[in-house]
Amino acid sequence: MDLTVLIVRGIIILVLFVITLVIAAYSTYGERKVAAFLQDRLGPNRAGPWGLMQPLADAGKMFFKEDFIPSQASKWLFILGPCLAMLTALMSSAVIPFGDSIRFAWNNINYDVTLQGTEINIGVLYIFGVVSLGVYGVMVGGWASNNKFSLLGAIRAASQNISYEIALGLSIIAILMMTGSLSLRAIVNEQASFFEWNVFTQPLGFVIFLTCAFAECNRTPFDLPECETELVGGYHTEYSSMKLGFYLFAEYINMFVSSAFISTLYFGGFHYPFMNEVGAALETSLGAVTGHNLATAIQFVIFFGKIFFFIFFFMWVRWTLPRFRYDQLMNLGWKMFIPLAILNVIVTGAGLLFNIKYASWLIAIVMIVLAATSMSRAPKREIVPQQS
Amino acid sequence: MQLTNRSKQVSNKEMTLAEKMYLPAVISGLGITIRHLFRKKVTIQYPEVKKYLGPIYRGHHVLKRDEQGRERCTACGLCAVACPAEAISMVAAERKKGEEKLYREEKYAAVYEINMLRCIFCGLCEEACPKQAVYLRHDRMVPVFQERDQVIYGKDRLVEKMDDRYVRAANSEVKATPTEPSLTRAAT
Ligand code: SF4
Ligand code: SF4
Repeated sequence: MDLTVLIVRGIIILVLFVITLVIAAYSTYGERKVAAFLQDRLGPNRAGPWGLMQPLADAGKMFFKEDFIPSQASKWLFILGPCLAMLTALMSSAVIPFGDSIRFAWNNINYDVTLQGTEINIGVLYIFGVVSLGVYGVMVGGWASNNKFSLLGAIRAASQNISYEIALGLSIIAILMMTGSLSLRAIVNEQASFFEWNVFTQPLGFVIFLTCAFAECNRTPFDLPECETELVGGYHTEYSSMKLGFYLFAEYINMFVSSAFISTLYFGGFHYPFMNEVGAALETSLGAVTGHNLATAIQFVIFFGKIFFFIFFFMWVRWTLPRFRYDQLMNLGWKMFIPLAILNVIVTGAGLLFNIKYASWLIAIVMIVLAATSMSRAPKREIVPQQS
Repeated sequence: MQLTNRSKQVSNKEMTLAEKMYLPAVISGLGITIRHLFRKKVTIQYPEVKKYLGPIYRGHHVLKRDEQGRERCTACGLCAVACPAEAISMVAAERKKGEEKLYREEKYAAVYEINMLRCIFCGLCEEACPKQAVYLRHDRMVPVFQERDQVIYGKDRLVEKMDDRYVRAANSEVKATPTEPSLTRAAT
């Protein structure tokens, strides 16, 4: 029996692996389509219908490019860099619960296998560990290239990740306090009813987490490690062919994983309003096994809907905001997010003492009021045409 | 000097708290971009859809005939002199008796060649010609060539066919799109 569970688990992991890769591949296509549509263009539409074969064409192009290693580069580290980036990116989706469970009958006993790579009770910690390893891919690659631009990109990536990881971690401590567990499944199940989704109980934490997630993924407006205008290509200046492809691909996988993570932590994961009623209705009408599996399938689809929305959001922001300046980035991280996140933890903790779940709204409201007053008191700026 | 009234004075004033939070500006920016998502796209899908480029587009050269079908060119060589790319070459010949139906002037171009690989489609030949003999059509492009022996266009491809006369008027009603003849018409 254990073997069957193991096999089912193996299949789930394999399927998740494939899904991750396919989504990452089509995110590159989606990115270009979204970019085009936001700029009133049409985007790639030549390869296959609506350009759907574009990722394959890109991959083919990448494979046929010259795989170049600079003579002064540290050869093994140079190869290790993209591998590390890819490896850590692929590892992190293992603990995300994609749905309730798959049920199958064996000798008239029902077995439930959770729809998740593996359920560990320190899921959040695991993701943080793996994600913070991800920066080593960038750092090793940038350092090994033996190029000043690459090195600068790598340094930026490292310092940016250090400063944003703290705020990232602090922002979800409030959630962990409310759930009392590090297990992602427990966090998801905590948000069973719609108004207890963490985005409603933790609005401030959500904003901080989202912003830090952008910084962690090195996405615009925080894509300083690879900013073309200053650093040629940043840490991947020297890379070509599939090694470069790995870096770019890892970025999209990271985007997928962060979207999944955000949906899990703040948007109720696979939960949707009236999920239990729908599940019960399906089980009574279709039988315990089919009904349950169908309900899980619906959850799966809903969860991916949320993920796709966030992937879209990542792209939407990328094509809206310009890149932050480096000092702005650091100021934002250290002087705004970390104090705010700590304040959030304190206020949430105080609220929990009195059993108030929505305590962190207090900070949000105070901030909105302060902002509004400062805006109304600010001197009106006149726009005068420039004379020269 | 002020060219437009769109320039803005850059100010270095302290940001207010709301501005320091970035979020209001970020959200309004997101609103702007999402509206563009639903706008009509400006892309013209080029090889399938072609745009009318106006009556002054400089495309395929044509050596005009006059109303009676006589070649106008008198092989004066002014176009070849004017051509900055030195793309034109010709051999002049004298009109024989009985050829008055063919050539308008007493001297004509027996050979007239334009090297399309050199031509930059500047239209200076058209301007230089005293006989209104050479024009750059606004409704047809020089087709893409793959071989080097296709690039020199002789009189067979330049002299206007009688059943395919070229007219150009300013504000022309002929809103023809420059097309490659090989794609649109059967080769004549
Ligand atoms: S268009 Fe310009 S370059 Fe071409 S043949 Fe005429 S003068 Fe020469
Ligand atoms: S085309 Fe015009 S300019 Fe050129 S040789 Fe003939 S008459 Fe002279």
